[in-house]
Amino acid sequence: MRDFWRRYRRNKGAVVGLALLLLVFALAAAAPLLFPGSPWDMAGAPFLPPGEMGMLLGTDSLGRDVAAGIAHGARISLMVGAVSTIFALGVGVSLGAIAGYLGGFADDLVMRFTEFFQTIPSFVLAILLVAIFTPSITSVIAAIAIVSWPPVARVVRAEFLSLRGREFVQAAEVLGKSRLSIVVGDILPNALSPIIVLASLMVASAILLESALSFLGLGDPNLMTWGFLIGSGRSVIRLAWWMSVFPGLAIFVTVLSLNLVGEGLSDALNPRLARQRGGAA
Amino acid sequence: MTVRRRGLMGGALLGAGAASNFLRAGDALAQGVQPRRGGTLQSILTPEPPILQIGVNNQGPTLIVAPKMFEGLLTFTPTLEPIPVLATSWTISPDNKEFVFKLRENVTWHDGRPFTAEDVIFSVMKFHMEVAPRARAIFSLIETAEAPDPHTVRFVLKQSFQPFLLMFDATACAMVAKHLFDGQDYRTAPAVQRPVGTGPFRFAEWQRGNFIRLERNPTYWQEGKPYLDNIIYRIVPDSQSRRLALESGQVQLTSASDIEPFDVPAMRSRPNLEVSTQGWEYFSPLSWVELNHRVAPLGDARVRQAMSLAIDRNFIAQRLWFGIGKPATNPVASTTRFFDRSVALPAHNIREANALLDAAGHRPNAQGVRFTLKHLVLPYGEVWSRLAEYLRQSLRQVGIALELESTDAGSWARRIGNWEYETSVNFVYQFGDPTLGVERTYVSSNIQKVTFTNTGGYSNPEVDELFAQARTASTAAERQTAFTAVQRILVRDVPQIWLMEMAFPTISDKRLRNVITTGLGVHTNFADVFLAS
Repeated sequence: MRDFWRRYRRNKGAVVGLALLLLVFALAAAAPLLFPGSPWDMAGAPFLPPGEMGMLLGTDSLGRDVAAGIAHGARISLMVGAVSTIFALGVGVSLGAIAGYLGGFADDLVMRFTEFFQTIPSFVLAILLVAIFTPSITSVIAAIAIVSWPPVARVVRAEFLSLRGREFVQAAEVLGKSRLSIVVGDILPNALSPIIVLASLMVASAILLESALSFLGLGDPNLMTWGFLIGSGRSVIRLAWWMSVFPGLAIFVTVLSLNLVGEGLSDALNPRLARQRGGAA
Repeated sequence: MTVRRRGLMGGALLGAGAASNFLRAGDALAQGVQPRRGGTLQSILTPEPPILQIGVNNQGPTLIVAPKMFEGLLTFTPTLEPIPVLATSWTISPDNKEFVFKLRENVTWHDGRPFTAEDVIFSVMKFHMEVAPRARAIFSLIETAEAPDPHTVRFVLKQSFQPFLLMFDATACAMVAKHLFDGQDYRTAPAVQRPVGTGPFRFAEWQRGNFIRLERNPTYWQEGKPYLDNIIYRIVPDSQSRRLALESGQVQLTSASDIEPFDVPAMRSRPNLEVSTQGWEYFSPLSWVELNHRVAPLGDARVRQAMSLAIDRNFIAQRLWFGIGKPATNPVASTTRFFDRSVALPAHNIREANALLDAAGHRPNAQGVRFTLKHLVLPYGEVWSRLAEYLRQSLRQVGIALELESTDAGSWARRIGNWEYETSVNFVYQFGDPTLGVERTYVSSNIQKVTFTNTGGYSNPEVDELFAQARTASTAAERQTAFTAVQRILVRDVPQIWLMEMAFPTISDKRLRNVITTGLGVHTNFADVFLAS
């Protein structure tokens, strides 16, 4: 572990990213304490610029506190990012493992199925799914999970393909272990590092997808999200720039930090590759 | 002509809007400025209508463009007095059963054929009777329609019907040419694609998704009019681009929902622009929280009264609509006939609302919630979403949790029509008279699975009886008595929670004169509109 942290630390960007990400987590965790009550409450006069009348980041067209919206929105964004990634990982890892370990006909079947999803532009598919199943937090998470599992399946399949011929797998087979225990107990732990890196990047893209959906008015109308804040501020941007700029910054910082962390993880988990890239600095 | 087919525009928005200085149509010399001939008026239309044949299509944008080409027998002042257009005079029997119109002579269609009484009878008895549901409901009261001579039309009704004249504006019953439609399918006749009317402007060109151009009709029946050479309606889907086009002087006129309410204050402060919210008196759209009485506890009048008390209508008018429109006081808009100002909803009062809900037996739980209702957000744009968010917060203050559901325009209309909703927001045109535009929402005989009927399911025999009396009474005084009584009952029962008497901003370049001269604002023929130098 200490070794891991030493390697992670070598990438300065990743350390900054981790710090920012922890800040966002802290904000999400502290939201009910910092801004008690609902973020939808009309707390002040409409269109107050930042800093006026105790409104740190100003108010929106109904007098709602933008800062409260961002803090409460962080909870939703992180939750959507995490939950949809877990589901996408579940689907992607299982299908990738089946395809990579069994090979042959099963591989063909699973990969054609995966390609079917990859040929449809993911954002368009997500919009379609949410629009059909009416916008709610469940349909948004489901739509994001459905459009983001194919890359996982492909990565996992590739890892499994290269690992399944190794001696330790053959040894396990000779020992008479069941296929399931070989896949879960022997191959999967060795394929974890690319999955972890991919997962951190998937959280970032899930947050972006959720924000884009909310921006287009396809978010859950009962939940305050960053995308909603920007979407509702877009048309009044000449009147109240703070309504879209601050939530935009929140998305930017979160997604950037997740990407930096992802890169750091990649370096730390795969030191040889990092050195080849000259990323060991 | 280049009419290229592109998909039909969605958004069955009934919106369209207008207004500035109140002049009678006769006062063409606006504020002593000599009208100037020539010039092209550039305006904006949102969204693009599928066709311009009024009657076949009656959406807001069509109602703005078509009356430049088509005319009715009459139009109306802001106080809803009739003004002659294609009819020069009319006589009404004392029992309001017989209506005789004298038609203007020397009026020709854009194709050169003369306009006669036959066209009027065809338009009323056949064309609009078939294509326009609203016209059909009224015109089916006609027992006989005849033309004693080519310039006289006589209608005899089966019963007294005082608001009959209000049906003869171009937006309700535009005159169409019999020779172009008779014997054909009215919806697919060639004239639908290339409209032919009697109006001051002729159809010239329509590039789908880009613009509609109308040109001056040189043989218009008013000598020397219209003043403008062309009117061009540009299709601009984005509200911020529309604002820019207006600010930069590219267009000289916007109306209806072209400019978002929150942009209006900035437009008011520009010295070269004039903002008016008048010219909607004939339509008088009234918005309300639509309640489904079949959903408990919305059948309980105390609950509805409490919800009404919990909503601050001034906040909605000032903060959401930026002062465009005003708080509703009553089911009848103040600009509609027979509005009684002495009957008004009680003012915003949270304490009283809580007391009413307590009395109705809805105790708050640990979270302070008495009961939860679903709310179908009206999908007509941002301001309506903000309204839903405001309603949720204000009802939460009295312990009613509102759960918002988003939807698209088609599903919204379908779900309201099928009664598949708990609460929503709706706005409906009143067409000048409670019999034409108010009755439909409250009488039990109109509880139908159709949008804009009594979808809420409110039923009160007393209300039914009073509306029936007002419908067939032959004098205005009798009708007023019945309407006052019905307003009292409705304000007590709050079958729907009225929010605002809506208005839409008409924003025009100050050089553009005579834009709003009647109660129909930009929905008139623009024969008198001119661009001063």
